[in-house]
Amino acid sequence: MPNIKKYDAIVIGGGHNGLTAAAYLGRAGKKVLVLERRHVLGGAAVTEEVFPGFKFSVCSYVVSLMKSNVMRELMLPKFGLELLPLESTMTPLENDYLLRTADSDQTYREIARHSKKDAENYMRFGPAMGQIGMAVRPILETIAPNPIRPSFSDISATKKILDHVKSLSSQQFEYLTKLMTMSSADFLDEWFEYEPLKATMSASGIIGTFMGPRSPGSAYVMLHHYMGDIDGAFRAWGFQRGGTGAVSMAIARSAKHFGVKIMTEASVNKVIVKSGRATGVVLDNGDEYNSNIVISGLDPKLTFLKMIDEIDLPSDFVSAIKNFRIRGSSGKVNLALDALPNFTCLPGDGHHLRGAISISPSYDHLEKAYDDAKYGNFSEAPFMDIILPSVLDPDMAPPGKHVMSCFVQYAPYDINGGWDDQKRENFGDAVINTISRYAPNIKDIILHRQVLTPADLESTFGLTEGNIFHGELTLQQLFSLRPAVKWADYTTPIKNYFQCGSGTHPGGGITGSPGEMAAKKILGTL
Amino acid sequence: MIYENTFTANTQLKVSPFFERTSKLNESQEWRRWSGYLAATSYELTHENEYFAIRTKAGLLDITPLKKYIVEGPDSQQVLDRLVTRNIGICKIGQVMYTPWCDENGKVIDDGTVQRLSENKFRITSAEPNLEWIESNSIGMNVVVKDDSFTTAALALQGPNSRSILNSISSKSLDSLKFFWMMETTFEDIPVSISRTGYTGDLGYEIWMDPNDALNVWDLLIDKGNPFGITPTGLHALDVARIEAGLILLDVDYISSRHALIESRKSSPYELGLGWAVKMKKENFIGKQSLLKELNHKSGWSFVGIEIEWPEFENHYRNVGLAPGLPSTAWRTSTPLYNQNEQVGYATSGTWSPILKRYIALAHIKSKYAEEGSELKFELKVEHFRKLTKATVVKTPFFDPERKRSCPT
Repeated sequence: MPNIKKYDAIVIGGGHNGLTAAAYLGRAGKKVLVLERRHVLGGAAVTEEVFPGFKFSVCSYVVSLMKSNVMRELMLPKFGLELLPLESTMTPLENDYLLRTADSDQTYREIARHSKKDAENYMRFGPAMGQIGMAVRPILETIAPNPIRPSFSDISATKKILDHVKSLSSQQFEYLTKLMTMSSADFLDEWFEYEPLKATMSASGIIGTFMGPRSPGSAYVMLHHYMGDIDGAFRAWGFQRGGTGAVSMAIARSAKHFGVKIMTEASVNKVIVKSGRATGVVLDNGDEYNSNIVISGLDPKLTFLKMIDEIDLPSDFVSAIKNFRIRGSSGKVNLALDALPNFTCLPGDGHHLRGAISISPSYDHLEKAYDDAKYGNFSEAPFMDIILPSVLDPDMAPPGKHVMSCFVQYAPYDINGGWDDQKRENFGDAVINTISRYAPNIKDIILHRQVLTPADLESTFGLTEGNIFHGELTLQQLFSLRPAVKWADYTTPIKNYFQCGSGTHPGGGITGSPGEMAAKKILGTL
Repeated sequence: MIYENTFTANTQLKVSPFFERTSKLNESQEWRRWSGYLAATSYELTHENEYFAIRTKAGLLDITPLKKYIVEGPDSQQVLDRLVTRNIGICKIGQVMYTPWCDENGKVIDDGTVQRLSENKFRITSAEPNLEWIESNSIGMNVVVKDDSFTTAALALQGPNSRSILNSISSKSLDSLKFFWMMETTFEDIPVSISRTGYTGDLGYEIWMDPNDALNVWDLLIDKGNPFGITPTGLHALDVARIEAGLILLDVDYISSRHALIESRKSSPYELGLGWAVKMKKENFIGKQSLLKELNHKSGWSFVGIEIEWPEFENHYRNVGLAPGLPSTAWRTSTPLYNQNEQVGYATSGTWSPILKRYIALAHIKSKYAEEGSELKFELKVEHFRKLTKATVVKTPFFDPERKRSCPT
């Protein structure tokens, strides 16, 4: 291949958003180069065979928020996107369980076993949240307007959103306001009484965030998780066949189809800035690539504080980025198993192993787990969101064997004394001990365990402080404030330098949305 | 007192030899009637997992209700060659052919497969009873026609892991078995025939066996298939898969000319997209003269795949404040299709394709509007009101993975 060194656009980082942006630009006929530091593509959406024969969705592990127009426009099903339903959530308890499935009658009966009132309210809650999701979607799908120095398109975007807000019913407006401000615990208390139900539902309000279910603002994160839809069904979670890396590979294949060049093991050291204008990048090995524009799929800290010299940026912007909250709060434990875990509450194989398994018996469990982290320790008894990918997709492990993915919270990035090998193992032990309270055979069936602390997430995936969302999804850093006021429309203070990662609007998750909207913004300005 | 049905006439619904297993696995207890048998609609409360088993693992379906006939004797090839539109003369031993068959007017009676079991022995599968049709067309020929419907039980194992499962059981490897070929093998000591055929458009097989061996075969498959994700699968999931594969269904997508009350209900193979299966070079076959005429004058109707375009579809729902209302199962309601204000056709079955993320349907369209890329309007009901939404004529099969035909290298 000829070594073209002048591109229309260079994308830093082959994560799913970087690849999405690249694919859209390629689709528009641009000559695009994607530079990925690692040997594999996908960033945090990556599948790796860490232990022979066992495939791990090492970091990000489920898909719910992938935008349907992105799937369609980039022809992702054709290139390998295959989302399997992840249809149930089990909350194992010491002597009981709560199991919600795809069948509403079954779920009604199951919740009613614990609380009839909750069972009825649950039937109303999903649709109500779905409608809120619908109401918020147009906001999410709008490039965040600049409220400080609005351009014409900013004004029209603002007007569109205000008109939209006016169209909300008073009840939608009430829910929306509450979700924006309340803690997930307080919000759910208005609806439900059965503790394991509330705690499990509140858990989606703390994922990826350094907050507990009783922290104000956590309700919004919960809403964020309600906004995805699969095939028009809100709050539907999916598992990508082959792991989340296969989503990234589908996007990469699409990008290549549109002529995008992708290089791995090409670590960008700096963006070249000449007179306030990005003109290319220089790699760690000294190679230079020139382009008309440069797009960063990295988080805001790396995008600005690593890739650009501080001197090239306005000082108020630098301090805004420094203040951008990106505290890592979660770890990941991936297990290769010789057999299925056997849950005391529901022994044996069954449908309950096909969905999410949530270690969230009570608010107190979650809040205490958070307390540990608040004071600089990992949770002794953490919250976990567990799935068994091999049950959904047997190809993830050798026949009859299994893989288990445990998203674990909390593990603070700033742990007392810093992370080291010993602490990592202790953290892994705390996770296994917690699981063994519900599935005692777990210790006997582990063939291999991979423990990732926030420090590992940072060093392996380039997620600053190990934050899975490139920055918390809290109100003060959303929409026109993500990542900083005036620069929430994918532009930056450096001319021809753009951003497209999860640290931009509308935020984290495997959505493709920041990448798509950044590309559309860029194509609109070129 | 428990009511017991003491009526024992021979008219009751039949159950397949697998019923002892399938009835216990069927959590939903939803059954459909299929040729007088009870057939599982879906084993679970929703069919999604079964559908994905077909596309990503392996779905196991009881297809015993298929009608099966054995045609045997020195003239069997000649009889079949006259009966169906494909060229049975070139069908080798161990080969299978999909084919429609027609009446004298060239209108389709049924469609199914012809398996060449030996030089002078064939098995035909069909949707409807065809014994009388076969017999009446073999008068004076040296053949014996036997109804094999109750003497052979059958399972379909469909999906990307189906080959691995069968290889873990079968005494002979299936690696070199090609698409639309069959082989004899044994499962432990049980003799079975396996054809690389199916109704899903995926890698898949159909297993033919003595009904007395049915339960043993079922148990072996479930046991050995478990690590590969084998999943008992019902007709809801199959219906989605067969539409994705662009495969037609009698009584849904077309009506047998033997039952059509009026002429316009009948279809020729050309009008069903089966022109490729009509072999005009054959000396003679039932319906040839009429079909030759049709071929020269171009058919008035075509059978095509259409895609209901998402953006406009979604907007119809967004306009009333709802998320897009996709059908949760495949539908079979005839649905009008328009060009401008003129109705130019109708869709006969459709489904949201979870694997393709496209809303697809099979449709009869006046040939003038049936070219690939033609834009049509599909009638949609949104909150009880009729809307027209954009649909485009597209190629079938909608879903056509390489693994369907490939062999491991």
